Amino acid sequence: MSTVFVYAESSEGNFKKSTFEAISYGREIAEIIGGKVIAAVIGDANAASLGEHGAHEVIHIPFTGAFTGDAYTNLLTEAAKQCSASIVILSNTYSGKSIAPRLSVTLDGSLATNVVSLPNTNNGFTVKRSVFSGKAFAWVSLEKSVKVIAITPNSFELKNWGGSATVNTLNATANSTISVDSVNKVTGKIPLTEAEIVVSGGRGMKGPENWGMIEELADLLGAATACSKPVSDMDWRPHSEHVGQTGITIKPNLYIAVGISGAIQHLAGVSSSKVIVAINKDPEAPFFKAADFGIVGDAFEVLPKLIAAVKQ
Amino acid sequence: MKVLVCISVVPDTTTKIGFTDNDTQFNTQGVQYILNPYDELAVTRGLELAEANNGSVTIVHVGKADSEAVIRKALSMGANEAIRIDADPTDAQLVAAEIAKIAAGYDLILTGRESIDYNSGAVCGLLGAHLGIPAINVVTRIDFANGKFSFDRDIDGGKETVSCAGPVVASAQKELCEPRIPNMRGIMAARTKPLQVLAPQTTANYSKNERYEMPPAKTGVRMIDASEAEKLIDILKNEVKAI
Repeated sequence: MSTVFVYAESSEGNFKKSTFEAISYGREIAEIIGGKVIAAVIGDANAASLGEHGAHEVIHIPFTGAFTGDAYTNLLTEAAKQCSASIVILSNTYSGKSIAPRLSVTLDGSLATNVVSLPNTNNGFTVKRSVFSGKAFAWVSLEKSVKVIAITPNSFELKNWGGSATVNTLNATANSTISVDSVNKVTGKIPLTEAEIVVSGGRGMKGPENWGMIEELADLLGAATACSKPVSDMDWRPHSEHVGQTGITIKPNLYIAVGISGAIQHLAGVSSSKVIVAINKDPEAPFFKAADFGIVGDAFEVLPKLIAAVKQ
Repeated sequence: MKVLVCISVVPDTTTKIGFTDNDTQFNTQGVQYILNPYDELAVTRGLELAEANNGSVTIVHVGKADSEAVIRKALSMGANEAIRIDADPTDAQLVAAEIAKIAAGYDLILTGRESIDYNSGAVCGLLGAHLGIPAINVVTRIDFANGKFSFDRDIDGGKETVSCAGPVVASAQKELCEPRIPNMRGIMAARTKPLQVLAPQTTANYSKNERYEMPPAKTGVRMIDASEAEKLIDILKNEVKAI
């Protein structure tokens, strides 16, 4: 029987939605190929709760050292080898991305990042991944017997499997040559790559002082904020908010673009969003061709109306 | 300080993506190729650190002869020499396995955060594993003092500061620096700088791009009059259930 091994990423003892997605994804694969799902948890978190999302077993590694790509890779390698994993699933988060490549080397597997759908196992093992910064997809055949797959957050529906997982402890330790000197997490803000709703502003917002409206709408909707490239280039907003071809590629359920014309480089990063709303005062803005809903109007008139409507 | 910078050659950001041969090949017709934007940052910061620490910068690229114009661009920015490994860069794993063969002896190895064509973002971590050295991905600052490298890097929902001794591999994110524009002297000098071509040394078969697919086209936009903008919220809430 094959083992589908999932790294159950946690932050301060909590699992993220993307972790549950990875587990559900692993369970679907296990159902297809006939196997079981073993999730690995590093540090303290409610390991047994992973059964609900599809894990059969959980390996709990009570390691308390700081997150570093090399130490975490060593811990997960030990756990994956112990259960003879043939498929390894991670979330394509910053942490996932710093582990997945290393794991593909230690486990001598094929690697696919930015994966957006279940594999096709009819003839070999192919996965669909986004390429050209979201402008296209590629079906990639993974040739080695071990496959390491990092899935894009928000690309897989959660499913409740209603089970409970047995938890076993693995007392593994690992050293890192990297010293983590300080960690600065913005609390109370939704990370852009994992957000289900994103409100984004462009040059049409006229200046950083006008971002209050974008932030207010985002807060009301439980959304993350983003921006276009010119906005981050002019330092109106931090670079970490820049979505597009040379910024972050996102895949939320709802993307609201305010005062963004919709250049090809911007659309590349957001076109996988399920529902796209474009608000622009130029009726010829290319964004309207890529959107589901559009409003031709001035951001300074439209946004207050939207804010008022959400508040009702 | 010996610095190695790994570069990719990618379609210009304005490229309209298309495919040929039953969607099995990328359509290269009319495509302008450029130095991958994140790699441009890696080259620039590599040069700044080498210049400040009496070092040198070597460029390495895995690809065919048609990428040499872009390699010369990296040389014109100020790098000392370049190596081209003459293989088709089919995936990140092959690229990293090839680069690992020539990467011994460097103190700092830099890559871009990802290439803007295949977006794997994996070469940095793969090289770290192959070489048994730390890999720090998505860095927005690199400094070198007292024999140690210090980095700021993006993490999920924030930033962190990490440090380690070399050799180390890191991947460049925006904010790292402003890309250096080659000057005329640099462009002239680049023409005669050494560009060594090496045969590939690995044979492993990791993955294969079987076919491509375009995202489904939008079926048409539904316009809402600005005077009744509040209707949008009603539609999003009750009709498409997106909020």
